[in-house]
Amino acid sequence: METSRDEAMRHHAPLLSELRALLGDAYVLVEKEDVIVYEQDGSIMQVMPEIVVLPADVAQVAAVVHAARRAGVPVVPRGSGTGLAGGAVPAEGGIVVSLARLNRIAEVNLRDRLAVVEPGVINLDVTKAVAKDGFFFAPDPSSQVACSIGGNVANNSGGPHTLAYGVTVNHVLGVEVVLDDGHVLWLGGRVPDTPGYDLTGIFVGSEGTMGIVTKVVVRLMRTRETVRTVLGIFDQMDNACRAVVEITAAGIIPAALEMMDRLTIEAVESGAPVGYPRDAVAVLLVEVEGLREDADRAIAQVQAICTASGAREVRVATTDAERQRLWKGRKGAFGALGAVTPNYYVQDGVVPRSQLPAIMRRIEEISTQYGLRIANVFHAGDGNLHPNILFDMRQPGQLDRVIDAGEAILRACVAVGGSITGEHGIGLEKKAYIGLLFTPADLEAMTRVRRAFDPNGRFNPAKLFPTPISCGEIRREPAKIPAGLWI
Amino acid sequence: MEGAHALQPPAPTHRGAVLDIPELYQCVHCGLCLTHCPTYRVTALEPESPRGRIHLVRAAAEGRIEPNERFGDHIYLCLMCRACETACPSGVHYGRIAEAARAVLGPPGSPFARAVATFAFTQLFPFPWRLRLVGALLRFYQRSGLRRLVRGVLPQRLRDMELLLPPVPDHFFSPPAGDLPAIGDRRARVGVLSGCVMSLLFGAVNDATVRVLRRNGCEVVIPPGQGCCGALNVHNGETQAAKAMARRNIDAFLAADVDAVIVNAAGCGAAMKEYGTLLRDDPAYAAKADQFAKKVKDASEFLVQLGIVPPAGRVEMVVTYQDPCHLVHGQRVRTQPRKLLEAIPGMQVVEMDGSDRCCGSAGIYNVTHPEMSQELLREKMEAIKHTAAAAVVAPNPGCMLQLQYGSQRFGPPLEVFHLMDLLDRAYETPAAGPPP
Repeated sequence: METSRDEAMRHHAPLLSELRALLGDAYVLVEKEDVIVYEQDGSIMQVMPEIVVLPADVAQVAAVVHAARRAGVPVVPRGSGTGLAGGAVPAEGGIVVSLARLNRIAEVNLRDRLAVVEPGVINLDVTKAVAKDGFFFAPDPSSQVACSIGGNVANNSGGPHTLAYGVTVNHVLGVEVVLDDGHVLWLGGRVPDTPGYDLTGIFVGSEGTMGIVTKVVVRLMRTRETVRTVLGIFDQMDNACRAVVEITAAGIIPAALEMMDRLTIEAVESGAPVGYPRDAVAVLLVEVEGLREDADRAIAQVQAICTASGAREVRVATTDAERQRLWKGRKGAFGALGAVTPNYYVQDGVVPRSQLPAIMRRIEEISTQYGLRIANVFHAGDGNLHPNILFDMRQPGQLDRVIDAGEAILRACVAVGGSITGEHGIGLEKKAYIGLLFTPADLEAMTRVRRAFDPNGRFNPAKLFPTPISCGEIRREPAKIPAGLWI
Repeated sequence: MEGAHALQPPAPTHRGAVLDIPELYQCVHCGLCLTHCPTYRVTALEPESPRGRIHLVRAAAEGRIEPNERFGDHIYLCLMCRACETACPSGVHYGRIAEAARAVLGPPGSPFARAVATFAFTQLFPFPWRLRLVGALLRFYQRSGLRRLVRGVLPQRLRDMELLLPPVPDHFFSPPAGDLPAIGDRRARVGVLSGCVMSLLFGAVNDATVRVLRRNGCEVVIPPGQGCCGALNVHNGETQAAKAMARRNIDAFLAADVDAVIVNAAGCGAAMKEYGTLLRDDPAYAAKADQFAKKVKDASEFLVQLGIVPPAGRVEMVVTYQDPCHLVHGQRVRTQPRKLLEAIPGMQVVEMDGSDRCCGSAGIYNVTHPEMSQELLREKMEAIKHTAAAAVVAPNPGCMLQLQYGSQRFGPPLEVFHLMDLLDRAYETPAAGPPP
């Protein structure tokens, strides 16, 4: 009995034979047992792909796009598939293009403080390649041991250290991109501030909706002389939030200022323990970098502020091993949630720092109201929240409550003057909420920019923008889900 | 009768239903395991990553895909190195998930290969005397002209595999009967697993292990009723004989009334520490298995815990250390072997890049998946070359064989030692006297 999948494959036979001729059989996947693993990224959304291809270089990427264009099918680029908003989920079918094989660091130029890397290069590997020479790549998402530079570009990724150093777009000098019409062109270049329009800035953060990145010129930074790290331990959430506000009010710009609540600590200590105190209501992980004298003075100030705000203890990392352990816990926090719940729905909102105490109280109210545990781990320093709603997908009705609770949180963020995403992107997950921030005129202008790059809507359709664009529809229908989507 | 029907449990709707184990639900798909997985690093394919394999098992458990041949290909390309478990922030027990999948699939390969494997796992490994016979035949094959003859007619692929056959030594390990007393103050009573491969091919390492333990105040007993630990069985989808072998070892060692069960082969140690999981559905043995598992210690782990008698003899050597996967990932024993090496006067340890990355031996993987195995071995020998060490230490027989082969095939020229070899040498070498 022929399934709809078999039928689709027959329909795509000419496309498939063209792709196989281009890439070889091993890198064109159609069997269910091969493609089903590409139905999901780091979020909870799943859509079974039709075809998955893994090109080896920019020429093959361009050829794949050309073949997709002739067959009239969409293209969904994928890095390491660690994104949290469904950006790599093939919502409208088509070809998933994995960039994992474009994993070469093509050039390292320390004198000009740049490196040219392919999109499949792992974020942390960029820093590893230049660390012994005293350099690093600043954007450090928690997933940096696995996430790709291409993914970082698509999402304009943040990370704990972007508080001081800026997000991905501040560290990308140029990108080589493949567009739908087959052109391979450079946006930006090897120096900051190239003349003409800032097309690099438009592309970074476009979530794969304009073309496929095939090379990235990244900016390297000099490693600071000294780093000092402390863990502030609090028995009241209000006190921890107050410490955050006071630290920034004192004029200290930490390299990182992260918060984790009790539920998150418990997850970390159950999954891969690092020694966080299990009974604390909140911990602040604060790091300062700079010249030795500056760093010492700043961290002493941080300790004093934490204590004055009501911290019961402030632990200082005295060795690099201790520092690494503190960070390992923070960077593993999302994954660690798996130790305490079968599923979690990661939220990503932003509020002005001064509103942190209020929003944390509101999140607790929402948790009680919907009867769902919420684990908070986030970049307190810039007000970027990650309230993670814990649930069990197998329990009937829970998912609906989760989505409602998530929407309530986003509305609360917007209500205090914040935004619906700090760094994870709109992707598939939040496109229904984009109307909370933008008017139809805004969305239309943005759509026209997108169409300038991708007139046929080939790349990552059904992401970013709600379809159709209508203010009223967006507000009334949260999470408009395409047919075939299994959450 | 209606009542009788109601009492029958519903038939599983698909073959994968038995894969619905609780461990599956700890994975949240974060992907942090990907870059730690050797097969993902080589192929860049998601189905050859731990996250991908877990996804496949979960899909099979839900009936969305069948545990068919293609599914099996992905599951069996995995080395079972468990580097992913070390990397996972959620503590997912990947090993258990993969073993459950392999139990459903049965041994890998062609029908002939599966038949050979099943024969070996059920008719050879559980029977120590049969293994000795095979060892003796192999020795004869290697020393008579037979080997040259056979190699002359073998196709290339089999000839390469034949090279993997280690030289069978003159003597097999002959476990002495009775208790061997401690040398010096008695600090513990321990049992030692002689092991199937260790006894046949590395009997000298077993002798060294016993001597080192005795020098550290251990009364040593090698219980006669023991046998193969069953690791190879479990990794290749055979569980019936494996459980019988586990029960036999549990009985033999618990009867010997020892403080610890010492293992000098990393693969065996990991397998025996997990007897509790293997026998969790056996009401007669579940508790005993847990009790037994708690006593199992790698030799290095036990010696550091006990506190070693510092060896006096010098062994002047520059070595690098290969973390056997089932020691560093399977048992989380990483610092102890290094501490012991550093305790040997004259020993210098140079760390290699990726010392905890699999060498490609992985049980019988180097035979079942030669291309991937060779690629990983090539990378490993490259990393060793960079250390400029003259020797590599790897406390596991599979790794030792693979590295010996790698040294021959890819270079550099190397001596391959078990940790116990070197410790024993340090104890048996007379301390340098005062200068004249």
